[in-house]
Amino acid sequence: MSKDIRIKKGLDLKLKGEAELNVSEIARSKVYAIKPSDFHGVVPKLVKKEGESVKAGEVIFFSKTDEKVKFVSPVSGKIQEIKRGEKRVILEITILADAQDTFVEHSPKNPNDLSTEEVKEHLLASGCWPFVKQRPYDVIANSADSPKAIFVSAIHSAPLASDLNFTLKGKKEALKAGFDALQKLTSGKVHVTVSPNADFMPDGIKAELHKGYGKHPIGLVSTQIGLIDPINKGEKVWVVQIEDVAIIGELFLTGKVNLERTLALAGTGFEKPGYVVAKMGAQVADVVNANLKNGNYRVISGDVLTGDKKSTTDSVGFYHTQITAIPEGDDYDFFGWNLPRPNKFSVYRAGMFSFLTPGKKYDLNTNTNGEHRGFVLTGEYEKVCPLDIYPMQLLKAILVKDIDQMEALGIYEVAPEDFALTEYVCVSKQDHQHIVRNGLDVMIKEVG
Amino acid sequence: MSLKQNLHNLKEKYRGTKMEQSFNALHTFLYMPNITTHSGAHVRDAADLKRVMNTVIMAMVPVLIFAMFNAGFQHYGQINGFPSGMSFFSTEFWNLDNFWVGFSKIVPMLAVSYGVGLGIEFIFATVKKHEVEEGYLVTGMLVPLIMPIDLPLWMLAVAVAFGVIIGKELFGGTGMNVLNPALTIRAFLFFNWAAWMSGDKVWVHGAVDGVKNAAGTDAISGETVLGTLAANKEVGYSVSDMFFGFIPGSVGETSTFLILVGAAILIASGIGSARIMISAVVGAAVMGLIFNNIVDAGVITESSKFYSLMAFPFWQHLMVGGIAFGIVYMATDPVSAAQTATGKIIYGFLIGFFSIMIRVFNPAYPEGVMMAVILMNVFAPTIDHYVVQANVKRRMKRLKVKTT
Repeated sequence: MSKDIRIKKGLDLKLKGEAELNVSEIARSKVYAIKPSDFHGVVPKLVKKEGESVKAGEVIFFSKTDEKVKFVSPVSGKIQEIKRGEKRVILEITILADAQDTFVEHSPKNPNDLSTEEVKEHLLASGCWPFVKQRPYDVIANSADSPKAIFVSAIHSAPLASDLNFTLKGKKEALKAGFDALQKLTSGKVHVTVSPNADFMPDGIKAELHKGYGKHPIGLVSTQIGLIDPINKGEKVWVVQIEDVAIIGELFLTGKVNLERTLALAGTGFEKPGYVVAKMGAQVADVVNANLKNGNYRVISGDVLTGDKKSTTDSVGFYHTQITAIPEGDDYDFFGWNLPRPNKFSVYRAGMFSFLTPGKKYDLNTNTNGEHRGFVLTGEYEKVCPLDIYPMQLLKAILVKDIDQMEALGIYEVAPEDFALTEYVCVSKQDHQHIVRNGLDVMIKEVG
Repeated sequence: MSLKQNLHNLKEKYRGTKMEQSFNALHTFLYMPNITTHSGAHVRDAADLKRVMNTVIMAMVPVLIFAMFNAGFQHYGQINGFPSGMSFFSTEFWNLDNFWVGFSKIVPMLAVSYGVGLGIEFIFATVKKHEVEEGYLVTGMLVPLIMPIDLPLWMLAVAVAFGVIIGKELFGGTGMNVLNPALTIRAFLFFNWAAWMSGDKVWVHGAVDGVKNAAGTDAISGETVLGTLAANKEVGYSVSDMFFGFIPGSVGETSTFLILVGAAILIASGIGSARIMISAVVGAAVMGLIFNNIVDAGVITESSKFYSLMAFPFWQHLMVGGIAFGIVYMATDPVSAAQTATGKIIYGFLIGFFSIMIRVFNPAYPEGVMMAVILMNVFAPTIDHYVVQANVKRRMKRLKVKTT
């Protein structure tokens, strides 16, 4: 059974440097790292000390607030360093990797034979729980909850995103087992939304299949939730990335937690945009260096709208499925505020003529194209936001920390990533995603 | 070293000093700054507030140029007689004599408007340590266009200072003001020096000074079309004069034709709200039609002091006075207008509706668009509130359906 969902609003940013569909070999990193900051709101409690050896899949730390939520090592090796920052906050844990991984062996299980609690326990104990995130608030799910539904977005609509038909090829069995496990976690439905040309989904999965049509952000799970079964106050919904469903499925099939990703290397910063396979937590340098052009490029773990800026000694983000490299824009532009700029893209037609060439691909840089200002223009955010909310009113409610108003305007239905496009089109250059993240954090603190 | 590098060094030198804001305000006009994104969306749209405001100013330039010629045309026309059957491109209008009258009057007004207004903006930015925002660039251009041509410059300076400080900065600057700053300035002048802002003496250059003709009587009457109608007199201008703007009035309000050109620029660039403009025109037409029908039904007779204004065809109402200018450049100010799509339609409609109503019923001052826009500025948040509440209610209803 498949139901179609459609959006008319939105924006597809067309960028140069799409990844070609081939996997290039890269050497295994010597050092891997786990960053607690990848898991928003988690305060880590360490299990391992510096110098201790770990297996792939062995617990390194757990969450202080929910001790059942464990975080495991992607590789086997030795804990090299626990880097701390101000007030002894743990910044990252680096692991000196062995040449070959030895895994923690769990016994293969069939999720259909297990109870809800047993599936939960298995995910928690194996370190796969961090893949399960919750809405509202966009944080790791509380294992004590029972969500009204689970949503999986199997569409990548962000600029230069990886091609799921390519990265999920041959993972049908794992996906099937993964969806079997997810269905155990909720008494409601598991919804999965695919793009019309998707061919990676196995037949007969235990989930409701939807087809999504439209521009970005059709691939964002909030968009899909809003169209299929919106979140109301007091309700919890869980979301899992489609790639992570496959990792969960693999755990049930093989008994191993294989924290491995097929990453797209995209953007004009790469000599040959393409794909690589790397363990999570691999150093950015090891993943990109063979391919990165010389020059002033920014490496972003994730897509250009929501990703994190990385230096080469950082590790690839836990949830990210692509690495993007685009030119830095730290230069002045003579009369850049009023002359037409054919190499830049604008949704406005204010002396910009990108509307004449709708198919053109751009090589955008990281310049903000202007300074920070107060909110002035109205009605523009709505054009790229398919959610049934008023984006500017919600942002303003967050800025003044008006909790009742935030709730009324639908803060439970949004994640920071949903404001990436409004942030892109904002002529006042406000940091929408940052504002929304702060708003969600205020709600967690005040409402819970 | 290049200019770019020199300016960059200066910028670094002034960082953290009192010069920072003022220097950056000027620097960013020459060069788009080298600021990069740090998180969130790593790429941003090519347009910023400067580009947006610049587009609005460009949409006003045709009106400004026309205004300079029209100021002289009205002045000399009153003295020497108007040519009859003139086309839009006639050299009897577009000549240097006409231009010089307008240029010598309007450029000083522009200078005062920008000088005083931007001066205050710079001071506030320096004290409050934020960037100088571009909002005033548009306001500063609007202000001379909505003034009578002979307004003393000191009055303008006082009004601009009032409008910027009380009307805008007290609320927190660009983006925070409740009322349209340009109209706040005009309203301030109107309530303080009504004789300079209304009546039949101020709308043509020279009328105030009482320029005499050969017979020794006042050569120049500064009466507008609406003033004539309010006095129940015959209008001496043709429809084409009114449409193209060869009539007396505030500096930039007369040419409906060029205001439409400006509206086209604003709508095509995606900056001005077509919703507000169209619904305001509809609102004005509806009110005008109601009055026309009242007259046709014989409820109001020629003895009434409202007769001429009510009987004036509704579509001609749109071409005289400041209504076209107000709808295109004032009502669409995104900060003081309604902010939701539905809200904009209601807001625009009521502006048009009230403009004509005030125009007809206000005996002292036969133009309503200023008051109508200010009134609706005040009510815009209320309109938005109810529009947003509809969204909130929908969300609550969803929850209720769930729980029952």
